[in-house]
Amino acid sequence: MNATRMVTAAALCLAMPGHAWAAGLADAPPGALSCSGCHATAAKADAAVPRLIGRNPADIVAAMQAFKSGQVPSTVMERIAKGFSDDEVKAIAAWYGAQKD
Amino acid sequence: MSAKRTSRREFLKSAAAGAALLPLPAIAQGARGRVVVLGGGFGGGTCARFIKRIDPRITVTLVEANPTFVACPFSNGVIAGLRDIRAQEFGYDKFAGDQVVLSPGTAVDPQGRTVTLGNGSQLPYDRLVLSPGIDIRWDGLPGYTEAAAERMPHAWKAGEQTLLLRRQLEAMEDGGTVVISAPANPFRCPPGPYERASLIAYYLKTKKPKSKVIILDAKDAFSKQRLFQNAWRTLYPNLEWVSLSNGGKVTSVDVGEMTLVTDFGRHKAEVANVIPPQKAGRNAEIAGVADRTGWCPIDPATFESKLQPNVHVIGDASIAGAMPKSAFSANAQAKVCAAAVAKLIAGERPDEPRLINTCYSLVAPDYGISVEGVYRPADGQIKEIEGTGGVSALDAPNSTRALEATFANAWFNTITTEVFG
Repeated sequence: MNATRMVTAAALCLAMPGHAWAAGLADAPPGALSCSGCHATAAKADAAVPRLIGRNPADIVAAMQAFKSGQVPSTVMERIAKGFSDDEVKAIAAWYGAQKD
Repeated sequence: MSAKRTSRREFLKSAAAGAALLPLPAIAQGARGRVVVLGGGFGGGTCARFIKRIDPRITVTLVEANPTFVACPFSNGVIAGLRDIRAQEFGYDKFAGDQVVLSPGTAVDPQGRTVTLGNGSQLPYDRLVLSPGIDIRWDGLPGYTEAAAERMPHAWKAGEQTLLLRRQLEAMEDGGTVVISAPANPFRCPPGPYERASLIAYYLKTKKPKSKVIILDAKDAFSKQRLFQNAWRTLYPNLEWVSLSNGGKVTSVDVGEMTLVTDFGRHKAEVANVIPPQKAGRNAEIAGVADRTGWCPIDPATFESKLQPNVHVIGDASIAGAMPKSAFSANAQAKVCAAAVAKLIAGERPDEPRLINTCYSLVAPDYGISVEGVYRPADGQIKEIEGTGGVSALDAPNSTRALEATFANAWFNTITTEVFG
């Protein structure tokens, strides 16, 4: 993240109390922002679906691979995971991992 | 940043990337441009917030006619008596104070780039995002007028209509017939009529078990069809679906007789829920972004209108290819559109997006099913990526159905928090 983006991030934190987008929203890789329809960004939202923000990217990648292969049973995630290549998943995981509360 | 962006702009110019990518005069003056978002539902509310979060220097104004938004997803639960309408209502008090203007948009001038408000004042924009939702085609079904909708509610825009249908079901005597008319594609919320039939059947089964539900359908196939039909066989023997081929298409309604007419006969109803043909909402019309179909053609990467430059259309009103007209789609499209608008205002090239849709339906309070898709632009349209998506397993155990019902509730709470919380 360059200096300008850090400044932007600081401004965002001031402007949006209660929301967890920490940095680099403009850099979100393709598909990443769709996830927050179900995976809450705000800590107060419903916890039945795990949040992705701040998680270890390797864990997100491993989970997506396990969903995709069917190794870990899921409801919707197997069907969604199949829509993303390994590289796309890695980019999304890295980006969510870099987000902070 | 300036060095990087300048070089990129020059690259794009030299690549003759097209007028839409040229930086606006406002950029040269050091400002960041103005965006007006017209319509504050799942699409517009999301888009206004995300443009501001992506680039706080952009001036974003959300224009919405109603101080309270009533969400359609889960409103079938209100109709079935499972849920209070207040759980569907959201306001704009969590938006930044100067960001929301509670007023109808009465006119759009795409050449002059202004939106006229209810009080006659004009809001200038560099880019306009429309999230018009749907309107009923009052010329689409003979006999079905606005007055008729007071006797035969559509309840396809949540609010008073939702409560009216609820009251009619409560007032109906046991043994009555509820007739639901489902329209041809495309329309808002493809699985919605079937979820509604399911939850009404659930209410009747528990409170008025001699009653029945008939769906008269203008289609031979519908969203999550086998999942719904399998569940109905087990749960709701008093629910009957009449397909197009079997004479299901309603060709007119007779409000005085409380009768729905098909080519094959007349169906008398104690409660009639007519889900009529639809079109893009009025804001699409005033901006001139709807085509002869009544819906709005868009660029699949930026959601920019194919009919008016610098105007973007998201949500139910847009012709979004394989994406269904759902709140989840509108929310996902809004975020893609927000990113594209920020890039275009900066004179940069928008990324090629990926979009997800997930639609949950409740067949019963503890019985959820879903359909998903992952999408990308291809051949000028939004297409589903092959081998992805699909519906819940046909042979899943009850525990999975219960889990999907839990996820459905979680989705509603999460998405409404993202848009309004």
